[in-house]
Amino acid sequence: MATATTERLTERLSDLWETPHTLRGVLGTVDHKTIGKRYLVTAFLLLIAGGIEALVMRVQLQVPNNHVLSPEGFNQAFTMHGTTMILWYALPILSGFSNYLFPLVLGARDMAFPRLNAFSYWTFLFSAIFLYTGYAVGLGPDAGWFAYAPLTELRYSPGANMDYYALGVIFLTISSTAGAVNFIATMFKMRAPGMSLGRLPLFVYGTVTASFSIIFALPALSVACAFLYLDRHFGTRFFDPGAGGQALLWQHLFWIFGHPWVYIIVLPALSFMSMVIPTFARRPIVGYAWNALAVVITGILGFGVWVHHMFATGIPPLALTFFGAASMAIVLPSAVSIFVWLATLWYGRPVLTTAMLFALGFIILFVIGGVSGVVTAAVPFDWSVTDTYFVVAHIHYVLIGINVFPVIAAFYYWFPKMTGRLLNEALGKWNFWVMFIGFNLGFFPMHISGLLGMPRRIYTYPAGLGWTAPNLITSIGAYLFAVGVLLFLVNVFWSLRRGAIAGNNPWDAASLEWATTSPPPAYNFAVIPTVGSREPLWEERLGLGRLSRIDEGPPLDSDRVTLQTSTLDGFPAAVQRMPEDTVMPFLTGLAILATFYGLVTTAWWLAIAGGVLTLAAIHAWLWPVRTIREV
Amino acid sequence: MEAVHTLDGVPIARIPLDGRGHRATGWWGMMFFIITEGTLFAYLLFSYFYVGAQSPTWPPGGPPELTLAIVNTVILVVSSIPMRLGTLAIRRASRGALVAWAIVAALLGVAFLIIEATEWSRKPFRMSTGSYGSLYFTVTGFHFAHVVVGLLLILEIVWRALADRVSAARPLAVETVGAYWHLVGLVWLFVFFTIYVSPYLW
Repeated sequence: MATATTERLTERLSDLWETPHTLRGVLGTVDHKTIGKRYLVTAFLLLIAGGIEALVMRVQLQVPNNHVLSPEGFNQAFTMHGTTMILWYALPILSGFSNYLFPLVLGARDMAFPRLNAFSYWTFLFSAIFLYTGYAVGLGPDAGWFAYAPLTELRYSPGANMDYYALGVIFLTISSTAGAVNFIATMFKMRAPGMSLGRLPLFVYGTVTASFSIIFALPALSVACAFLYLDRHFGTRFFDPGAGGQALLWQHLFWIFGHPWVYIIVLPALSFMSMVIPTFARRPIVGYAWNALAVVITGILGFGVWVHHMFATGIPPLALTFFGAASMAIVLPSAVSIFVWLATLWYGRPVLTTAMLFALGFIILFVIGGVSGVVTAAVPFDWSVTDTYFVVAHIHYVLIGINVFPVIAAFYYWFPKMTGRLLNEALGKWNFWVMFIGFNLGFFPMHISGLLGMPRRIYTYPAGLGWTAPNLITSIGAYLFAVGVLLFLVNVFWSLRRGAIAGNNPWDAASLEWATTSPPPAYNFAVIPTVGSREPLWEERLGLGRLSRIDEGPPLDSDRVTLQTSTLDGFPAAVQRMPEDTVMPFLTGLAILATFYGLVTTAWWLAIAGGVLTLAAIHAWLWPVRTIREV
Repeated sequence: MEAVHTLDGVPIARIPLDGRGHRATGWWGMMFFIITEGTLFAYLLFSYFYVGAQSPTWPPGGPPELTLAIVNTVILVVSSIPMRLGTLAIRRASRGALVAWAIVAALLGVAFLIIEATEWSRKPFRMSTGSYGSLYFTVTGFHFAHVVVGLLLILEIVWRALADRVSAARPLAVETVGAYWHLVGLVWLFVFFTIYVSPYLW
């Protein structure tokens, strides 16, 4: 293509797609890249908030008989820590990467529903503000992140603390559900022509499986939290055994959501690693189909194991056996994933970049967390360690090992694409080793304190029980881990200004996001690429010839449009018109926030006004534009 | 000057604009929204059966009276017919028929709500009386709220039709609202079976 033509084309596309730098543009943008970056920054701030809560707890527990925190302050700290990390950090950070990268790895110009995407972000942000309003005014949730009834009932928790929890969680599920629908529709409808399901980057499988799980699992949490709120304010008796209610109903609903949630917040991260590991092993992944199936099967099996959180509640032996066995079965697909990565490393020529170090660290922690998990699937063992620090150690090996480590790896890997600059590798190595050593120093001794009988969630403990030394070591490890996170932040801020210029494809990777500039233009690709294999950018060296066409194809520059393809095979099906920027998703989110403030303060007029405004904003958002050409 | 761009041999100008029906992204969005809403009701009904199975007598006051509920079931299921006829009408570009059928569907929906509210007022128990009352009023209340949302959506469709914003080329809004309305009817069948029929089979 002649240069003059290319320039005219990129100019036209920029006019169509770029968001103006005005307040309206900031609040109204629907660009998935901006939204993705906002998700990442917001979720990371929440990680820091949750981390500070953890550090305060470690200060409290580092020596026996300590009184830095009151018992009530400790309750709020561990509840806010767990709730923040598991619900408000762990999924949104992954959604940030997926939002930024989905259209780029799929070869599209935006997500299937760009405005819904903006709405997901705003409701995520507002729900976080809502939750932390409670904490800021001294009414932070204080009954643990799984909020067991009847402790959370009005009689035992008279403050509004648990209302902030119940309503905040419902608010967040609105965001997560909207995001999940968007990822699924984008994966099925918005792929580049030629990208059949068998050529999908493995990246996509984790997020889409997690999105399906969200669709089926989150309603259980919404129902549980709605019951709780109704019990507290409308006199229902769901969890009141004195009136025919069932305390265990909460536990069932919560864990029907809760266990799939574990996979929702790790499967996308596993799939990120299925992109990082082959790039730095310098070869295509071994066992593509095995890896994809393992992810999907893990997501499905995740729905059949929730009772293993309830082994100690006196349920019948048959249920114990069934759910114990199901929980062990889930080891199989996880092991398949691990062997796929190991085989890829074995047959490749690994390059130890920082991203790769974090990926390797992740594999090690995944194995340790998996082993401490499978032993608790054995019912008798579970009975002796349940509600001790052994379980705390397990959950942190799983969630930090399989979520935080891959997330940091993903930052090192995709930061150059997002900013145009590489993160510093020398500092990155320090970053990795400090985090890895700090993490193991901090969390491994928790296994020991758990086996020595230390219960979780106690705010202090006497000396002489053998818990003193492991707790001190745990606290030191936690501080070291925090230093590691700090090194990461230093690296980010330093590299944003001084990092080496990345170029389009600094890692010489195989997938489509590396075919465009770093950072990509607002329209992602000047022409719609056509995909002919699983590794479009590696075809020549793999001896496949030239199956994909990256730089030539239809420009689709007549309007704000992208290509829609058929569900399974990726044949071109339609030219999809894409919506313009609008502030309505922001205003809708704001109106919902007002509604929830009304509900939590039982100011019914505010709740009703917020509800009416929500409806009005949705109406304005969805009102069809007449200027769109009729066909 | 402009090159003719082709994809799989098809000139780009011949590829249709937006997807229609099941091919449209909006259709996919509504389907997954419906699935997650249906799942929400599945968990509500799970709660009903879970609490019921643990209670010595269920429902505590004996099986519920059926007459009003049967009338209501017929009304809501029948209301799906005019909704469907409205969708077919807009595909034939008949905006007037769409408005007429949508209003018929909405009136049936309003009748359902009035009868439902009447039945609520006749119950000897309240939602705070015990776990059965809580479940009865919450399950039917959630469904009631979904009917209200469906009515608002139908109102939106009528508004758009009168403002000339739906057409045979752009039927998606009508189709997705229709799908939502059918969901509300389908969910009611499960609610009806659980709350009204299952106590007779217990």
